[in-house]
Amino acid sequence: MTQEHEHESHAGLIWRVFIFLSIITAVEVFLGITKPDALYLSSFLGTSPLNWIFLILTLVKAYGIAWYFMHLKQEKAGLRRAIVWTSVFLICYLGTLLLIEGNFIGDVFSGRYTKWFYQ
Amino acid sequence: MEATIATENTEEGTWIGGGKKPLEASYGKMMMWFFIVSDALTFSAFLGAYGLIRFKFIDSWPIADEVFTHIPFVHGHFPMYYVAFMTFILIFSSVTMVLAVDAGHQMKKGKVTIYMLLTIIGGLIFLGSQAWEWKNFIGGTYGSLLMKDGQVAQFVDASGHQIALETFVHKSPSEERVNHTGSNGLWFVKDAGAVATYTVNEVIESFKANPEISLRTEQINSETKHKTILSRKAANQFLANATSVVKGANLKVNEYGKTLFADFFFFITGFHGFHVLSGIIINLIIFFNVIVGTYEKRGTYEMVEKSGLYWHFVDLVWVFVFTFFYLV
Repeated sequence: MTQEHEHESHAGLIWRVFIFLSIITAVEVFLGITKPDALYLSSFLGTSPLNWIFLILTLVKAYGIAWYFMHLKQEKAGLRRAIVWTSVFLICYLGTLLLIEGNFIGDVFSGRYTKWFYQ
Repeated sequence: MEATIATENTEEGTWIGGGKKPLEASYGKMMMWFFIVSDALTFSAFLGAYGLIRFKFIDSWPIADEVFTHIPFVHGHFPMYYVAFMTFILIFSSVTMVLAVDAGHQMKKGKVTIYMLLTIIGGLIFLGSQAWEWKNFIGGTYGSLLMKDGQVAQFVDASGHQIALETFVHKSPSEERVNHTGSNGLWFVKDAGAVATYTVNEVIESFKANPEISLRTEQINSETKHKTILSRKAANQFLANATSVVKGANLKVNEYGKTLFADFFFFITGFHGFHVLSGIIINLIIFFNVIVGTYEKRGTYEMVEKSGLYWHFVDLVWVFVFTFFYLV
């Protein structure tokens, strides 16, 4: 960043990002409270479409915060990639393995070790 | 060799971490990013562990909408509203923080001061809200029965809504055992086995006397995604296995269902709250430094930017905690 750039205010952009993040949060909360049956009770790629919407909106929010509030957009591409690619790869890796394993344990449990009624 | 030796000093004699700036990021900023990436991995490990346990108990995990239902000053069932307010507060304090950084770039000391103050206030409101949320969770709402095998059974009315124990349980005078109080005995002795308001027998007898009340197990019906309500006959068999009355949640029991839900809630939101607390303290230090003109003298407000990075990261983590604890 050159000196000239640092002197101009980004306040307008910041407020726009804030409004964007607030709207996404409002949509999430609205869907979380109403839980429309069509999205909540159906299944798509292993979970309900509602959960997919929540996940995607969360990632969009994370993008907004990281790119505009944490100024990743203004950093050198090398630094940005070192941060984002590393974290995204490791978190996906860890998350995938843990969820697969949890799912397996759940399957084993529900078949043999969980009794819901006492007869 | 030059790159490994810190020889560069500014005129004031403060070390700026070497004159070379790889990737145009200063030493301090780079180290803050190192910390943030490693902390992000820590949090993802916690949330991943939460995910593993949740998948393990996918057919009986507590439904967040039924757990966090309080808003201040109003009685009733209000899922999500309060935590939405908390999220909003944290995002807003992130905005004031980034405005402080922006004002710092323009060397406007007054604006930086005000925005830093607003950020700190936002953080304090969030922390207070978190404490209030914990208080409600620990205190509990309805109360339930704990079974021999660790399952929890809750009571619902005819429309399927949960009801509190005190709305239908009658105390039988014969089973009175009072809590030990300091004024009635040894003032220095605490009552180890503090008595629950009701005994198991009182709850079971009252349940049998009220045919319109039903028993609900933790099991989630995969089609309706509601917890299963038992028939009267099954409920009576179920109740024979009750061991204690539970009100509220702690690390050992949880009236809302799986104890692990409470454990993870305390651990993850607690760890996040601890980050918020340390963020407030860091921001306070920076705030006073701004007031006394440290950064004005230094000629750069980069320190505000660095603490800002941390503060935004705390907000970023909350976005994920919000999703995985309250929404999904």
